[in-house]
Amino acid sequence: MQITSPQFRQNATKALNDGQLQKALGNVQKGFIGKRALAVAALPEFEQLRDSGRAIKTHTLKHLDLYLEAYEAKVTASGGQVHWAETAQDAREIILGICKAAGARTVTKGKSMISEEVGVNAYLEEHGITPVETDLGEYIIQLRGETPSHIIAPAVHLNKEQVEQDFRRVHTHLAPERNLSEAQTLLTEARAVLRERFLAADVGITGANFLVAETGTSIIVTNEGNGDLTQILPRVHIVIASIEKITPTLEDVSQILRLLARSATGQDMSVYTTFSTGPRRADDPDGPDQYHVVLLDNGRTAMLGTEFEEMLRCIRCGACMNHCPVYHAVGGHAYGSVYPGPMGAVLTPSLWGVDKGGQLPNASTFCGRCESVCPMKIPLPKMMRHWREREFERHLNPPAQRWGLGAWAFLARRPKLYHALTGLVARLIGRIGAVRGGSLGWLPLAGGWTRHRDLPAPEGRTFLEMWADKQRKSA
Amino acid sequence: MSARDAILARVRRSLGVDGTEPDRRATAEARMHDAPIGLIPARGQLDPAGQRALFRAMAEKVSSSVVAVASGADVPAAIADYLRSKNLPPSFRRGDDPRLAAMPWDSQPNLEISTGISDGHDLVSVSHAVGAIAETGTLALQSGGDNPTTLNFLPDHHIVVVDAGAIVGDYETFWAGMRQRFGKGVMPRTVNFVTGPSRSGDIEQTILLGAHGPRALHIIMVG
Repeated sequence: MQITSPQFRQNATKALNDGQLQKALGNVQKGFIGKRALAVAALPEFEQLRDSGRAIKTHTLKHLDLYLEAYEAKVTASGGQVHWAETAQDAREIILGICKAAGARTVTKGKSMISEEVGVNAYLEEHGITPVETDLGEYIIQLRGETPSHIIAPAVHLNKEQVEQDFRRVHTHLAPERNLSEAQTLLTEARAVLRERFLAADVGITGANFLVAETGTSIIVTNEGNGDLTQILPRVHIVIASIEKITPTLEDVSQILRLLARSATGQDMSVYTTFSTGPRRADDPDGPDQYHVVLLDNGRTAMLGTEFEEMLRCIRCGACMNHCPVYHAVGGHAYGSVYPGPMGAVLTPSLWGVDKGGQLPNASTFCGRCESVCPMKIPLPKMMRHWREREFERHLNPPAQRWGLGAWAFLARRPKLYHALTGLVARLIGRIGAVRGGSLGWLPLAGGWTRHRDLPAPEGRTFLEMWADKQRKSA
Repeated sequence: MSARDAILARVRRSLGVDGTEPDRRATAEARMHDAPIGLIPARGQLDPAGQRALFRAMAEKVSSSVVAVASGADVPAAIADYLRSKNLPPSFRRGDDPRLAAMPWDSQPNLEISTGISDGHDLVSVSHAVGAIAETGTLALQSGGDNPTTLNFLPDHHIVVVDAGAIVGDYETFWAGMRQRFGKGVMPRTVNFVTGPSRSGDIEQTILLGAHGPRALHIIMVG
């Protein structure tokens, strides 16, 4: 996909003024936060499981080469084939090659963020193969020519009236007078339309939530069942997954499964957790004849061994964006990347470069909610800070910002000067504020704040002055 | 250099290893061999009767319907009851599972039974689960001719028979049982964990049942 993260400011302004979007974004808080809190509260061991999950992923990353080798050997032994892709382009070509060899005309797809990262759909279309997204949210955005705005709820930016319009526009074989005012009728229509596509597809492509080294198994976790229909009905099943999806054993997967659905949707367990090992066996009446796994690097190996390694623990639950005030305000598309929200702010510069993704780590208030809900305890704010430093070092931020940061750094390293100056400014603004009734609607250099809300005027003295005073009095 | 070798070389360079260190190899091999068990929530650690009750409660919480019958001989009547209660025609599809085949279907002469995989046009299917997990009300089904995987996903109503004795407290105990059956590191082509009927929240984050898989999941606990 085309990364538009450098235009984050413009994207965000547009999003803030988009009434439809603002209405839809209310569903993020309604749909996720309370449910997660209830599910977590109902499992007393949740905190300990977070530590367990973190330890499993950390161990796996330290032995990643060995688990990848073991996984490949097991897949091969079960009759499957592993393809290694260094880049997105390599992955696209491998997938196209498999589809062509199978004589594929249509390809059904389960929801996969790696497929979005790689840009599978556009590439298949360019080569005359029709990809059909089958997750309801993915199907809707495919009809609209959009990208997902959330990693587990791709169409969360839309309202049902918009979906109705799209279904009427595209499903022209159905009676125009049909009633589509309810979400249930929209779901029923999508089910019927996609059922025919499932049965007609030549190849099915899914992602993977886990790859198990012990058994050569790929695992998908879904609620709709679309991923399963994608992989059992066509002759060929292609799994596309990035290398950090490797997990040593089924026991390790079991630990992380207890974190995944609770953190994502607030379910104890998603409806379908499917463990797939190789193609159809001799005595199987159904299932695919061919089973391929495309293992993608695309920048992950460059994160290993750096301050961004911990990001590779991410299990793509979406909890960080569900709890992010910036995401709540602007939605996922404003980030201009495959990966939005706090995890996207760390991953986008890692995978596409700080020159393209450097704006995103700045789109954070560092409130820390993302880290506090992350099931893998990934220190997201710390890593966003690392990216801000890199952006500064590489002179990528605008001159005014650099000058401001430079001036602040000069003062911050000279405490006496800093306190004298802040004391002076506090008294000055405090006095103006007192005249204006306690708050300021305009202030030089603070337009970004005062354009949207008043700034409460300072009391006149700084905290440190008051603190010193208090200490003196109590002494 | 192949893409495989290039990726593995980059992993090793980033980790500062060359892949031959005996300690690392031993650690990874031991983990895959021993499959150490992590933290098991207390929730499912009950006596068998407690696990059955928990399984039922958790399954109902996710909109599965559950009935308990005394023995396999009662299953045909339980299926007929379910179909009647839902105003469904008295017919369904199943695989070759010998436990299902051995049930007294003659007792329900109106039931029309077909066998084999689904072509996407069956209203009702019946499967026999390989086990069930109490902590989340989860059924475990295994691919093969006995219980074809298409029966788990294509019909509108999925009826699953499970032996009460096969209900365990947690996922780890289920995997231990699978290892005994298949051997270490070997899996059937597909294991499906199913926790309730299909659903989607993709339209305005409102949960609706019956997305692409079954709209209803009915569980018959035997014994």
